[in-house]
Amino acid sequence: MEAVFGNFDVYLAGFGLTIGLAVVSGVLSLLLGLLLAAARVGPVPVLARAAGLYVTLFRNTPLLVVFIFIAIALPRIGITFQSIEVIAVGDYNVSAFFVRAVVALTLYTSAFVCEAIRSGINAVPVGQAEAARAIGLDFGQVMRLVVLPQAARAVVPPMASVFIALTKNTSIAAAFGIAEAAATMRRFTNDNADQRVEIFLLVALGYIVIVEAIAFSSYALERRWKVAR
Amino acid sequence: MTAEAAHESGQIQAGRGEPLVVLDGVDKWYGSLHVLQDINLTITRGEVVVVIGPSGSGKSTLCRTINRLETIGQGSITLDGQPLPAEGKALANLRAEVGMVFQSFNLFAHKTILENVTLGPIRVRKQSKDDAEKLAMSLLERVGIAHQAQKYPAQLSGGQQQRVAIARALAMEPKVMLFDEPTSALDPEMIKEVLDVMVDLAQRGMTMVVVTHEMGFARTAADRVVFMADGAIAEENTPEEFFTNPRTERAQDFLGKILKH
Ligand SMILES: Nc1ncnc2c1ncn2[C@@H]1O[C@H](COP(=O)(O)OP(=O)(O)O)[C@@H](O)[C@H]1O
Ligand SMILES: [Mg+2]
Repeated sequence: MEAVFGNFDVYLAGFGLTIGLAVVSGVLSLLLGLLLAAARVGPVPVLARAAGLYVTLFRNTPLLVVFIFIAIALPRIGITFQSIEVIAVGDYNVSAFFVRAVVALTLYTSAFVCEAIRSGINAVPVGQAEAARAIGLDFGQVMRLVVLPQAARAVVPPMASVFIALTKNTSIAAAFGIAEAAATMRRFTNDNADQRVEIFLLVALGYIVIVEAIAFSSYALERRWKVAR
Repeated sequence: MTAEAAHESGQIQAGRGEPLVVLDGVDKWYGSLHVLQDINLTITRGEVVVVIGPSGSGKSTLCRTINRLETIGQGSITLDGQPLPAEGKALANLRAEVGMVFQSFNLFAHKTILENVTLGPIRVRKQSKDDAEKLAMSLLERVGIAHQAQKYPAQLSGGQQQRVAIARALAMEPKVMLFDEPTSALDPEMIKEVLDVMVDLAQRGMTMVVVTHEMGFARTAADRVVFMADGAIAEENTPEEFFTNPRTERAQDFLGKILKH
């Protein structure tokens, strides 16, 4: 136990990075996924096909392969994200490792976000969008004012699953130079082989807390939107 | 007379009888199905045209081409002399000029009755919220739903929802109103309340295209009946002539079927 509690700041810093990766990648995935979903259901065939191709590509590729591509293949052709390291958030310097992990997680997760949103959009009866078009709303307004607000409720449960998966997927970043929770766990177990089981349990507990927080927020949102009408 | 009614009747009565919607040689295919076949139809300002015909004859499709919810394969459609725009802002603007009432009402489920009626005026016509609400309340008053303005669609009966849908379309001050079987999804006791609103609208001079099998409405309010069969216009006549003295065998056959019950 004291392997963790004796170095509790390291443990917290590890989960701090895990949460940081999950939140930054989560927000970016949400934005990119929303654009992809709009393109997929939108009236421009070229965009719809491009978004479809994107989803096929990233949903069918293992996350590890995406990471390897971003962290190893891209630097070979000169894309290293090094220039980003001059940016400081408070007294914390953004590392190129962090940025690569965010890029990989975002590219991968946004494909799932897109599909979650699309399933929500498909759950809204077509008559809603037709009536909205019939009063003269343009495509953006139809989506923003009529379809997406109704899709949101249907989207919450699958979206929570996507974000839970994302939280756990951040652990892959451990293999690419980021001292997030999983990497911290390995460091602890290397130094304290006799306390392996406790360390595993305490790290698992950290993930459970984060995942339960996401699940709880999702139930709360679902309940709130249920009473809204 | 309210300012709104004066404005409406003034505008609509002016130029009554001029062509407003003109379909010229319109053809449409769904794959190999020739769903609209060489449709030529001119609807003049202030005219009420009832479209009737067997299920699957293309009535809904015809209706939906007029605000370009469906595209056409060949021919042309003009509204007030302008060809229908193909896409983008111009198409959205055209749709604002053409009111549409659906069989299944399609009120926005997440918005109140009042918000349903003000959405278009605020977002498309750029009216202030105050003006839009004033207009909406006067229209809801007219269709008899003003006291339910704060409710959600699911809390209203079908007949009430359809009357709100008519108010929502009217709030855009459209040049023409399209009705696609507006009473077909209603329980019998609710049909009259919707038809009454439509008859009132016709008497105020609104240009209307109405897909319906309600013969009473056709006889009271329609200037002309268009009978469709297999994607083509098979017969056109005054309601009286059409119902008492149909010329084509298809129409005689069809009327025989609906009159038996
Ligand atoms: N989106 C569509 N795709 C393929 N066929 C369609 C579609 N919509 C309608 N149809 C077909 O076109 C024909 C005319 O349909 P419709 O205009 O709805 O007829 P009506 O309203 O007179 O019953 C029918 O045979 C119908 O099955
Ligand atoms: Mg129909």
